[in-house]
Amino acid sequence: MMEVYLDNSATTKCLPEVAALMTRIMCEEYGNPSSLHKKGVESEKYVRYAKEVIAKCMKVQEKEILFTSGGTESDNIALIGGAYANYRAGRHIITTRIEHPAVLQTCAYLEEQGFAVTYLPVDAKGIISLADLERAMTKNTILVSIMHTNNEVGAMQPIEQAGELIKRINPNTLFHVDAVQGFGKCRIYPKRMNIDLLSVSAHKIHGPKGVGFLYINEKAKVQPIIFGGGQQKGMRSGTENVPGIAGMARAIEEIFSDFDEKIEYLYHIKERFVKGVSVLEGIRLNGPVGRDGAPHVVSVSIQGVRSEVMLHALEDKGIYVSAGSACSSNKPSVSATLKAIGVEKQYLDATLRFSFSLYTTEAEIDYTVKCLSELLPVLRRYTRK
Amino acid sequence: MYKSFLIKYAEIGVKGKNRYLFEDKLCDQIRYALTRCEGTFEVTKSQGRIYVNALSAFDYEETVEQLQTVFGVTGICPVVHVEDEGFEKLCADVIDYIDKVYSDKKFTFKVEARRARKNYPKNSMEMNCGIGEALLNAYPELRVDVHKPDVMLRVEVREKIYIYSTVIPGPGGLPVGTNGKGMLLLSGGIDSPVAGYMIAKRGVKIEAVYFNAPPYTSERATQKVIDLARIVSKFSGPIRLHIINFTDIQLYIYDQCPHDELTIIMRRYMMRIAEEIAKKSGCLGLITGESIGQVASQTMQSLMATNDVCTMPVYRPLIGFDKQEIVEVSERIDTYETSIQPYEDCCTIFVAKHPVTKPNLNVIRIHERNLDERIDELVKTALETDEVIEIVY
Repeated sequence: MMEVYLDNSATTKCLPEVAALMTRIMCEEYGNPSSLHKKGVESEKYVRYAKEVIAKCMKVQEKEILFTSGGTESDNIALIGGAYANYRAGRHIITTRIEHPAVLQTCAYLEEQGFAVTYLPVDAKGIISLADLERAMTKNTILVSIMHTNNEVGAMQPIEQAGELIKRINPNTLFHVDAVQGFGKCRIYPKRMNIDLLSVSAHKIHGPKGVGFLYINEKAKVQPIIFGGGQQKGMRSGTENVPGIAGMARAIEEIFSDFDEKIEYLYHIKERFVKGVSVLEGIRLNGPVGRDGAPHVVSVSIQGVRSEVMLHALEDKGIYVSAGSACSSNKPSVSATLKAIGVEKQYLDATLRFSFSLYTTEAEIDYTVKCLSELLPVLRRYTRK
Repeated sequence: MYKSFLIKYAEIGVKGKNRYLFEDKLCDQIRYALTRCEGTFEVTKSQGRIYVNALSAFDYEETVEQLQTVFGVTGICPVVHVEDEGFEKLCADVIDYIDKVYSDKKFTFKVEARRARKNYPKNSMEMNCGIGEALLNAYPELRVDVHKPDVMLRVEVREKIYIYSTVIPGPGGLPVGTNGKGMLLLSGGIDSPVAGYMIAKRGVKIEAVYFNAPPYTSERATQKVIDLARIVSKFSGPIRLHIINFTDIQLYIYDQCPHDELTIIMRRYMMRIAEEIAKKSGCLGLITGESIGQVASQTMQSLMATNDVCTMPVYRPLIGFDKQEIVEVSERIDTYETSIQPYEDCCTIFVAKHPVTKPNLNVIRIHERNLDERIDELVKTALETDEVIEIVY
């Protein structure tokens, strides 16, 4: 049976050359980058090289890269570290209703700590309005956090315009962007887009799990939230995850070579899928389905079939997708994003996310569409009465 | 400080000439439970007592916890060993023991000495008096009460001298393996694991059957049932879990029978299949977590309709329990947290908004005839899907 992995927003497969490099570092070049001897120096080289690679692809300085354990930790440092470093200037934070829980839950924590948080609404495509953002900004606003690409419906926010607007109103307000889904899918240049903080995770771009980075503009005031041996200039203590960092750098190099062709291919795959499912009966696509949305995510609501049932029926055919967002699907709760973009109640529990990668083939898309069209009538026949 | 445990057991004591069988089984079960602990132990049976002796360093808490999973054990007494260095030294040791175990000395006590080694210079009565006197002199707050003492202090003269006075409660019941084997219908809810636990407590070995319905139920629902079986096996010993794919039968009933009778008819087929597997595995009865009136399928009428297809006895240990009482047991045996994970099982996926609560057996039988054409073949196929997992804690 064909195995078709269409859950690339949850995680992606690690590239073999990345895994090989990591194995070598773990088994042979296993030094601690803080050690003074040769083994330490050789290991530190990997960390430096990774900074070089990342700095180059985003056109930022190497010293502005902080390695973390992934997207969630990056978001936490940006929000908590950013809020506490600037609380004397004000205690107001702005974010959106469709952020990942790593941002939403951290904001909820900050609210408990005495910060005020404004949650911007989104339209039916999942996009915020700049007018709302402008209205929400006050002289006490110290931090704005807007996700680059939504993980459930693929909506992409007007980051560049938002950055310009924020800095026009208050140049001191920090602008954080959660780019866990957007990095490697579009070109992101923090300096040009007025982004002060940017979160990225390696395992969404064919790198290893457990590693990511946070870009921190050299002028941004952020304080550490993890303390210890003073690694990474005291911003994030703890021995650097050298194999992870090196693996991430290798994955980034791979994705940014022939970048435009790669993104073009992803859109081609997405369009083929959208075209295929659009003709099916009782189907509704959520969020942007064209080039205004992310190239790798399509959210599909299926009338009359619970998402979990369809998910397992597809699984039976070797196709792996997720119901709503994978990060929240082990506790069946209604997706905040789908609610925020106004998905009707009957569809909330009937929505699947298909997310593609560079290694998804046309044949896999066609097979998936064929399976969907075969399964729909069967599954619709048996429902709760 | 403790070097061994005296194991107390109750009902086994009255099993007449079969007593040794029960005691041997109990020793086996204790040995099995102790394989999960650090350290090596020796389990001995002598003169109507079972002793667990630690032959190496061991973790006290962990050992007690494991002993508390063995059915048949009613009490666990941690025992201190002292060398026989004369009666005066013994009194000093007992005084020391009392001080370590009881910080507050305001209690009544009685000394009960026993000599397994009869060449000890004092007889038991003299020992009782001597030790009692020494204790009273050492701790004037103590009082003697020979009828209803707060603390029964036992001193046993063996090669070494054993001192013990505290009893940690055990689970009670009878050692597993002394009473045949039953087939538990395990669903993933709160009730069925508790039912399995309760029947195992009466010495019964457990096998289990779970019905899944992919794609309507998920892999995680199956994993949940495996996890539950594993927790129950901590008490019951290894469980063979049968997993049966029930989807086609369920959809066929959906197509052919009135929707409000779906659950009852479905349960009748589950019982039939469970009985089939039970017979093959040498089980002597079925076990379910049903409790009168808890849901539509557990009214007396529904139970009668379900029971109608069984030729084996069906044991329903929770029949008179309230939900809260069941929850209490499940919390105690630690299945509750797992049971409440929100994965659907095949009983709930197509459940009618208003299922029949008082099914008429004749009507059900008539409607079941709608299934005549394909049901035998579907049941046969379902039995062929039987996937067996051996679950050991």
